[in-house]
Amino acid sequence: MPGDPVLSIVGMHASEEHILELRRELGLVDVNGNPKPLYLQFADYLANVFRGNLGNSLIWGKRPVLLEVLDHLPATIELTIWGFFVSIAIGLSAGVVSAHRRATISDQALRLYGIVSYALFIPWIGMLFQMLFAVNLGLFPVAGRIGSGLYVEHITGLYVVDSVLTGNWTALYSSLRHLVLPSLTLGIVISGVFSRLSRNSMLEVLSQDFITAARARGLPERVILAHALKNAFIPILTMMGLQFALLLTGAILTETTFSWPGMGSFLLERITYRDYTSLQGSVVIFAIMISLVSLVVDVIYAYMDPRIRF
Amino acid sequence: MVSLALEFSRVVSRFIPRGQGIGIALAGTGMVAFVVVLAVFAPYLTSYDPTRGVGPSLSPPSADHLMGTNRLGYDVYSRILYGAQTILVVVLLSTMISMIAGIPLGLISGYSGGVVDRSISVVMDSIYVFPGLILAIAMAAVLGPGMINASVAIAIVYIPTYFRMARGQTLSIKEQTYIEAMRAIGCKARTIVFRHVLPNILPTLTVVFSLNVADAVLTEAGLSFFGLSVPAPIPDWGYDLRAGQPFLPSGYWWLITFPGLMIIMLAIGFSLIGEGLNELTSPWMAKK
Repeated sequence: MPGDPVLSIVGMHASEEHILELRRELGLVDVNGNPKPLYLQFADYLANVFRGNLGNSLIWGKRPVLLEVLDHLPATIELTIWGFFVSIAIGLSAGVVSAHRRATISDQALRLYGIVSYALFIPWIGMLFQMLFAVNLGLFPVAGRIGSGLYVEHITGLYVVDSVLTGNWTALYSSLRHLVLPSLTLGIVISGVFSRLSRNSMLEVLSQDFITAARARGLPERVILAHALKNAFIPILTMMGLQFALLLTGAILTETTFSWPGMGSFLLERITYRDYTSLQGSVVIFAIMISLVSLVVDVIYAYMDPRIRF
Repeated sequence: MVSLALEFSRVVSRFIPRGQGIGIALAGTGMVAFVVVLAVFAPYLTSYDPTRGVGPSLSPPSADHLMGTNRLGYDVYSRILYGAQTILVVVLLSTMISMIAGIPLGLISGYSGGVVDRSISVVMDSIYVFPGLILAIAMAAVLGPGMINASVAIAIVYIPTYFRMARGQTLSIKEQTYIEAMRAIGCKARTIVFRHVLPNILPTLTVVFSLNVADAVLTEAGLSFFGLSVPAPIPDWGYDLRAGQPFLPSGYWWLITFPGLMIIMLAIGFSLIGEGLNELTSPWMAKK
């Protein structure tokens, strides 16, 4: 996006005064029209971020970036949550089976899955799903978040939650159907990482004395696994929380593949229009979200495991 | 004769490490080598110009066009071949930049400790907070399209990876007796770090390198999918994948199948190399 953002907004034939006015508005020059040094611009921006002001968008009514982001964030969060569920379901079961049948063919196969699935390129997997399940079989919609003509009242911004809250069952059905392919795509690609985490964690627990004791008492293998899983779950959950950045990156790619109206589509749209402030604001929001999740995970970890003290 | 053959195989097998690692690493090397061969011999493998319409629009794979043509009549097969050049150059260039910046910083940070260490670490951690692709997108959007710019954008994402690796290794190596001996005989810090610490982090570096390149491949593909890597007519797999998507509902499967396959083949290849090397260099991990 090189090129003067101001010129890209006003066009090449704008008057000098108009350009100067806009530069002042964006904080690129001071009141007298002299260029502001970069470190001052940065300080201004930082100070504004702490006040919750991410600046105004450069296009279409120049709404505050924060509001624009908040419009698109719930869609991303909804997708991320469902993708997370799918990846836990696949990853956890793969990890448990793999640890339980260590060094067998199924363990090897699942470990290979762990390596390969991470390297799957999300848009491609998404498109294969679209081709197979949406275009050829017609089971699910190709793209979008909800059927056309359906409307969900805005409460949390998560369509599934909102449609349950308002008792709008047609909207619920439609939004769930739209969620299937994107969350499968996201979930499968992330599940490989989770399956490796669960495998390592389970192996560690399975080698402990209380498991040997349980085996010695002749408990059925199913019960032993349940005991082990309970103990392995805390570290697994913690490490999964720390993969949040991975999940978000995946969500961005999934969104652009499925025309999901979240942050990914927002970013793509604003890049095309050289909307610097929106771009900058989105990146800041992402960083804040990831830091927050890490913090929450740390706190939960310390709460659940009393041996951890900070 | 038989005993000679036995002796020979015994000698050879001593140089081939055991364990599952080697199989995985070899499979990965095969995949990567395949893509490299396509990239290097692209001009000999196709006679079509990848940036010009050379056939009818949207024709399915045939003897003339092995992977069909796209909307503008470009030959998909030749775009795959030349696209291999693009992604390999961008990924390797960006990895070089990350290493050149990250490793010395990590060495200095780890060896000197104190304020220097803390301030470099804070900067690195703050880069590390951002999700890789999103940071690369932001950087690439600001820098503009182009091979060098895309490489720089991706490089910035991975500097902390190399930094952390180098710093962590340096921290443990500098406690070793031989480093203490170096200091005792009055060796300069610079000599110790670059002549004695650096060579010792190379085994770990190879593992981190191949795993990281796999990641960089996916990031480049992502950037290119967003249209932020090299400018338009230059062949690039991620961009071609995106360009082919609108034709998916009409059944033009060849537009997306081949670029996607290539991307994941390259990424899986590098991951397998990394995982294989990891098991070979740290066997206790394999047992776990």
